[in-house]
Amino acid sequence: MAKVLILVDHASGKVAKTAGELATFAKRAGDCVGLILAPEGQSQALSEQLANTVIGQVIAVESNDFAKHGQGCILDAITQVVERVKPDAILIPSTSAGKEIAGRLAIRLNSGVITDAIDFTSDLSATQSVFGGSFTVSSKVSAGIPVITIRPSAIEAEVGASAPAFEKVEVLISEKAKLVTITDSKPAVKGGRPELTEAKVVISGGRGTNGDFKPVEALADLLGAAVGASRAATDAGWYPHTHQVGQTGKTVSPQLYLACGISGAIQHRAGMQTSKTIVAINKDPEAPIFDVADFGVVGDLFAVLPQVGQAISAKRA
Amino acid sequence: MVNGLLDRASVDAVLNDLDEYAIEEALRIVEPLNAAGATHSITLISMGPDRASEAIRKGLSMGADEAILISDPALSGSDALTTSKVLAKVISDGGFDLVFCGTESTDARMSVIPAMLAERLGWAQLTFAGSVKVDPSSSSVEIARMSESGVEVMSAALPCVVSVIEKINEPRYPSFKGIMAAKKKTIATKSLSDIGISPSEVGISGAWSAVLDAKARPPRDKGIKIEDSGEGGLKLAEFLQEKRLV
Repeated sequence: MAKVLILVDHASGKVAKTAGELATFAKRAGDCVGLILAPEGQSQALSEQLANTVIGQVIAVESNDFAKHGQGCILDAITQVVERVKPDAILIPSTSAGKEIAGRLAIRLNSGVITDAIDFTSDLSATQSVFGGSFTVSSKVSAGIPVITIRPSAIEAEVGASAPAFEKVEVLISEKAKLVTITDSKPAVKGGRPELTEAKVVISGGRGTNGDFKPVEALADLLGAAVGASRAATDAGWYPHTHQVGQTGKTVSPQLYLACGISGAIQHRAGMQTSKTIVAINKDPEAPIFDVADFGVVGDLFAVLPQVGQAISAKRA
Repeated sequence: MVNGLLDRASVDAVLNDLDEYAIEEALRIVEPLNAAGATHSITLISMGPDRASEAIRKGLSMGADEAILISDPALSGSDALTTSKVLAKVISDGGFDLVFCGTESTDARMSVIPAMLAERLGWAQLTFAGSVKVDPSSSSVEIARMSESGVEVMSAALPCVVSVIEKINEPRYPSFKGIMAAKKKTIATKSLSDIGISPSEVGISGAWSAVLDAKARPPRDKGIKIEDSGEGGLKLAEFLQEKRLV
């Protein structure tokens, strides 16, 4: 039976939902061991949040150096845990930091690395979506322990029944790992909405909003969705660049993507066309976004969006 | 002396936008220091086919001093692990102190290479910078790292690998004077043997993973498209409820 080590991401004392997703993939190959790297005294509480995942065992390393010196220390810890656990594959969330950690870890372990996978199978191969989602490529690491980063929301997390076994281990962090010092850290302002790349539902606004994102945000809040924006909207200063979906922004693949007043240029489609269901609202019946939409409404988003919200609220009442 | 260095690890012959941000940032840091009497220089480093020299020429006309192009048929098919190995070799042999790279968020290759360079060189990694400050008196660099998890201010002593995000600056257009001056600057083209790496370590034979299968994503099924004549929103809500998406 294979053993797969997953890196459990967390922020502000809360485990990220990628933990359950990575565990679900790991289970396909064998046993899932979750690795928690946390500040002193916090790993047990984080581990307890994993009771509803299919992680069987948790290995925890506590050190305040992770927050103080960042990736160098994280890499020292992972490398030593890998030596101890001897996993057959390592899965890491495909965030900016996750991909960097994976790349550096692969060098340390003399292993191959695959980033941004959207699927992982029992034979330890991974599938990536390339060229803006127009092709899928399945690859297998041919040397060392495969290090694979998995895109958030690539799978619905399987629910587990029991809390994982918890073990805290000590590692040695080298001086060389402390080259960088983090002097200040401001977590992303969540504004109550889910993170764009992690959300199950994303509602995006483009040029057609004319700078008014209120109807987009109102429906997003009703559906518990994240808000995205096209490059036209972020370049116009209507919405922060951190919310940009597309080739030069974020790549999302939620269960539902709702494009409002977005024409759907190829650069935008590259960032969202692997979404499970795509809905488009646009005044222009010729807008290319309709070519990828499962459901398209030719109309004014300022009329359509509030009506959708009312209909859903009425049904829920 | 601080050398600036820029990695352009792209195979495109077009200097992509993101690398222009890195060149611009290097210029903005070096120019005021040199105006005050320092003698820093900026070298562009690129790995790619010979045609990449056109793109390098643009970087030189923006103001970089010289360029190194690593071009070798054996490099075709190189993955990020190999690319970082080749670039790290050139960087460590060149005696540089500071490397600037672009960050490409949609291309896994580009977003990982700066971190891989830091690992291979044993240098500090300061990546996803939305702003960069270099303090020559303490030989240290401070950046604001901007990623989906928030903003982190981090600093390190030289040598460092810095990657910059798009929008860190507004890259300049090469001036006529810059274009003329670039014609006189040298691009040193080097093969793998020139830099001391064996062809068996790179390219497809040196790749750490193998593609099992590649296929075009099946086209999406033709969707439903309706005209809104007053109840488009209701029909959309019905569709979402039927699909159990809300």
